[in-house]
Amino acid sequence: MTDIVAFQERLEAAGYIAEQSLAATLLLFAELKRPLLVEGDAGVGKTEIAKALSNVFDCPLIRLQCYEGLDASSAVYEWNYQHQLLAIKIQETEGRTAEDKERHIFSERYLLKRPLLQAITMPESPVLLVDEIDRADEEFEAYLLEVLSDFQISIPELGTVKARSIPYVVLTSNATRELSDALRRRCLYHYVDYPSLDKELRIINRHLPQIGQELAGQVVQFMHSLRELDLRKKPGISETLDWVAALMRLNVKQLDRDPALIAQTLVCLLKTKEDRDAVTREVVQRLVANAV
Amino acid sequence: MNTLHAKNSAESPGVAAEALLVARIVEFVRLVREQGFQVGVREEIDALKVARHCTVLDQQRLRWGLRSLLCGNVDEWQRFDQLFDAYWLSVNRQTRVEYSPRAKLDEREAPGRHGHGAVAEADRPRPGDDSDAGEGGARGGASRQEVMTGTDFRFLSDSRQMREMEQLVERLARRMRRRLLRRQRMARQGRRVHLRRTIRNSLRYGGTPLELVFKQRRRQLPRLILLLDVSRSMSLYSYLFLRFARGVLGAFRDSQAFVYHARLVPVTEVLRERDIDKVKEKLAVISLGWSGGTRIGESMQRFNEQYARKILGSRSIVVVVSDGYDTGPPELLAAQLARIQRCARKIVWLNPLLGRADYQPLAGGMQAALPFIDVFASAHSLASLAALESQLMYL
Repeated sequence: MTDIVAFQERLEAAGYIAEQSLAATLLLFAELKRPLLVEGDAGVGKTEIAKALSNVFDCPLIRLQCYEGLDASSAVYEWNYQHQLLAIKIQETEGRTAEDKERHIFSERYLLKRPLLQAITMPESPVLLVDEIDRADEEFEAYLLEVLSDFQISIPELGTVKARSIPYVVLTSNATRELSDALRRRCLYHYVDYPSLDKELRIINRHLPQIGQELAGQVVQFMHSLRELDLRKKPGISETLDWVAALMRLNVKQLDRDPALIAQTLVCLLKTKEDRDAVTREVVQRLVANAV
Repeated sequence: MNTLHAKNSAESPGVAAEALLVARIVEFVRLVREQGFQVGVREEIDALKVARHCTVLDQQRLRWGLRSLLCGNVDEWQRFDQLFDAYWLSVNRQTRVEYSPRAKLDEREAPGRHGHGAVAEADRPRPGDDSDAGEGGARGGASRQEVMTGTDFRFLSDSRQMREMEQLVERLARRMRRRLLRRQRMARQGRRVHLRRTIRNSLRYGGTPLELVFKQRRRQLPRLILLLDVSRSMSLYSYLFLRFARGVLGAFRDSQAFVYHARLVPVTEVLRERDIDKVKEKLAVISLGWSGGTRIGESMQRFNEQYARKILGSRSIVVVVSDGYDTGPPELLAAQLARIQRCARKIVWLNPLLGRADYQPLAGGMQAALPFIDVFASAHSLASLAALESQLMYL
């Protein structure tokens, strides 16, 4: 257990507050070097895990943001065509053979490394963050799976590039689409829930240490009961931090002093019209009364 | 209960304890696999590594480690603790674990990926015969599905079969998107190069045609608008179609779902809820206090007036699921369907009764609707739902 606590502390030093169970998973992740799939609602700090890890392992973070239509040329590699064309023009007058020229323009000099290729050609293991994998197409998912199991990428013109080091791969997903079973099987899995009262309090204190303990406690209580409402988009941790920052800026010391002001600051937390309508002034007052 | 098998390991230290541990871990992994977790041989090996790494005697660590190793989605994540407790912490545990924990889970109505249907008792894997397991470890899933493919939904008797079918239906909807995409890609390969534009584009590369422009643009996936009849005459089918709708919503971007009975209610947001139990709760609340006959025409009118303008377009395929028993006037239904037809790409009508041999679409509402329908299909079984996919492709 001691190594888990130690790892937890290292994560905290890197700015990430993790439960013991998450720390245990991450420790295992470092040990087994299997990719880690992190799921959870938006705003619970999935992406932050990768950042904290790169801090703890003291290695670079390479990020691949997925989107619909992401393809190999923007995720793996691309030839620098313009540069190649120029090179051909320049070489026109030189008396080199065609093969020689070809070898020249398809050398690493003209290769644009995109995140995946970059990640496996690093001399030391980086943290590779594949963000929101559920947004990418199924084809890309299949390709990623192949890279993650072989840790090699084949480039027809150059040959196969083998990994110099195995990266720590963290994948995040908001579960907007069901991921393939193959990918899930390949990965360790962790589901990140909304933080507990205690955890959220520690996060607030970590990021905004100047906050008064009274306000911090009230905010955390308020957030918890707010998340229990039936909202379309539940506010995550980053929303909490935004809100706290706003409250501090407005010199609010206690939530129950000025209900109108509180109601105004809720723009930090409620991001859809339906939610704004659902959380009426009465609801806010009830939540505040509960929190105080 | 902090040490896992303190008694055993005290009796036989060293090698024997090690062997026992291996056996127990392997057994646990198989138990989890039988519960529908996607776990292969590789995970078995890694589980042993985890166990060694976690110094096993520490129960909490073992739990966390195995949980992140063996789970693959939220559903499994939430069920894991119960399985773990049942296996590792039960005092008078049987050596073979096939029965005890599952019974517990069934009471809880835990949704497994493929539960065990009563029909498939025969192809349940025997302990020890895992030669055909393959890396996937999802044994038996396919054959079980086969058995149920042709079954009319109304013949599903017990709750377990029902649950299984629900999952299959939801997955079917999600797979549909994958296949539609693949077929489109195949279709794309035959496209011809748009020469003029390719040459125009090659100007900036000094005349080298680097970017090929194709004549046919990629067809977009249809947007499905589902209108589900949840009246009493449809009660045998409606829940399954709601699950189907859930799958469709998950797979096709900006699809929408509505239910109607005496009136029309949008349920898109409700169905997007991740927790299936919550979905059930909310649906129950929505349908509370509904009575009187099915007013299909009126519901369609409400759809046209309130929602159609926003969501209907050239990509929209309206899928109506109903048996056509309408207590309102058939003329109203006809008029409303005509309006929908003008705005949407196609209208698909799924009538589960069509799967019965002696059925004739004679109900007043059905007769009125027929002229406006592009596809009239039965959708009373898994096979007929799957057949829908190819029809959607060519709409």
